[in-house]
Amino acid sequence: MEEFLLVFRNETESNEPPQSPEQLQHRMKYWQDWMGNIAAQNKLVSAGNRLTAEGKVVKQNNVVTNGPYVEMKEAIGGYIIVRAHSLDEAAELAKDCPILKIGGNVEVRTLVPMD
Amino acid sequence: MQEQTLLPHLFRTEYRKIISVLCKLFGIEHLEIAEDIVSDTFLLASETWGQKGLPANPTAWLYRVSKNKTLDFLKHHRLFREKIIAEISTTSAEFPDIEIDLSAKNIYDSQLQMMFAVCHPSISSQDQICLSLNVLCGFGAEEIADAFLSNKEVIYKRLSRAKEKLRQENIKIEPPSPTAIDKRLETVLTTLYLLFSEGYYSTSKNTLLRKDLCIEAIRLNVMLTENEQTDLPLTNALLSLMCFHSSRFEARTNEKGEFIIYEEQDESLWNKELIQKGEYYLNRSSQGRQLSRFHLEAGIAYWHTHKADTPEKWENILQLYNRLLQIEYSPIAALNRTYALAKANGVAQAIQEAEKLQLSDNHFYFTLLGELYKNLDPEKARAHFSTALSLAKSKADQKTIQGKMDKL
Repeated sequence: MEEFLLVFRNETESNEPPQSPEQLQHRMKYWQDWMGNIAAQNKLVSAGNRLTAEGKVVKQNNVVTNGPYVEMKEAIGGYIIVRAHSLDEAAELAKDCPILKIGGNVEVRTLVPMD
Repeated sequence: MQEQTLLPHLFRTEYRKIISVLCKLFGIEHLEIAEDIVSDTFLLASETWGQKGLPANPTAWLYRVSKNKTLDFLKHHRLFREKIIAEISTTSAEFPDIEIDLSAKNIYDSQLQMMFAVCHPSISSQDQICLSLNVLCGFGAEEIADAFLSNKEVIYKRLSRAKEKLRQENIKIEPPSPTAIDKRLETVLTTLYLLFSEGYYSTSKNTLLRKDLCIEAIRLNVMLTENEQTDLPLTNALLSLMCFHSSRFEARTNEKGEFIIYEEQDESLWNKELIQKGEYYLNRSSQGRQLSRFHLEAGIAYWHTHKADTPEKWENILQLYNRLLQIEYSPIAALNRTYALAKANGVAQAIQEAEKLQLSDNHFYFTLLGELYKNLDPEKARAHFSTALSLAKSKADQKTIQGKMDKL
């Protein structure tokens, strides 16, 4: 088994209409059910984190810029780490990710094993 | 209490107390000496009481005799006595008296400290459970073997291996320091959890014994809530879980000791007092920020005390399982979660996820698949139940699966 990073990007977040509490509740359930599906297969390594939209970019020569520092659609919204036999299998797990329902995408990357 | 059940009862309640106090006095490396003294005391009790009838206060009799036997032993083993006296470092007296303190306070302290000693990380969890049953709960090797569906020799081996470890590692019976509580409380609680599960899920036909195991786990857990240092949210979460589960004890087996599945239990037999206690400890567990597996399991057990199938019930159970699996995967949690998924999100989705679980050596997996297909495709359901039947080892499981097949 190898480990894979699933990175969520949300292209439409900035101009989304505000959500009702019920919609938020539903959205939370989608995420929890999806993570539960992966965990039930014993394929969840880390539940990861969600990231806020703001940030800073630090460059050479003390150059610090405030976010949004790139096009919003390229900003990372969150990540989890999963376990799978192959990159294809990891991509398969990503297909049900709730971020896809709101126009986002999931980048699947293989972690370099340490042993 | 009837005379013929009094001695076994006292053995169960008093043996461990005296053992703990003596071990605290001698050091746990001399556990066997303590065991000999207490066993002798009970032997004398059985002979004397058998011949002359019960003393006015049997417990006090046991304490007095074990004290005297201890003093006798110390008199005859001068070296041992000197070693102990050096260790307990009495301040000035020329002929220091060794006090054998069988007060309620010292019994409580000794047992609590003993619990932390027995649950030392150097001892494997299986051995910890055996030793806990033996020295903390007063179970004999035969009873432990019965509960574990094992034989006496295996249990003896485990016990002596665990005792040897206590000696080798020079584990002290002392008030656990705040760091020891930090590090070891979880091990202690895990041992209690396993002890409880051993009783609750054991396939041993001896219902009475299995219940005793659960009661003992609860008793030790209650002790931990009575001490300020160990009365933490985690401790309360586990106790809540045990109370909720135990509330169904009377309802989950019939008079032949056969298992009755949850859906078919007579809920009027569920113990309301234990459910209330479970709720009380669940509330107490919610202080603090930690959300442990015990909290989640207690939450799941709480919703199971509501018999009616409401959307709210199953949605809550599903979400609790989602969290539980993220903390700690286990096949049984994955299967139960999929059942909750069917109840909350519909059978179609659950079947889709169930197919991905790949637990094809587990009879519960095929029982679940059969359960999910039963209204959709009875023939498929029958095929899954029959695979389950061929994989199930215990008579009780086979009977449950056969029952489901017959109802198709």
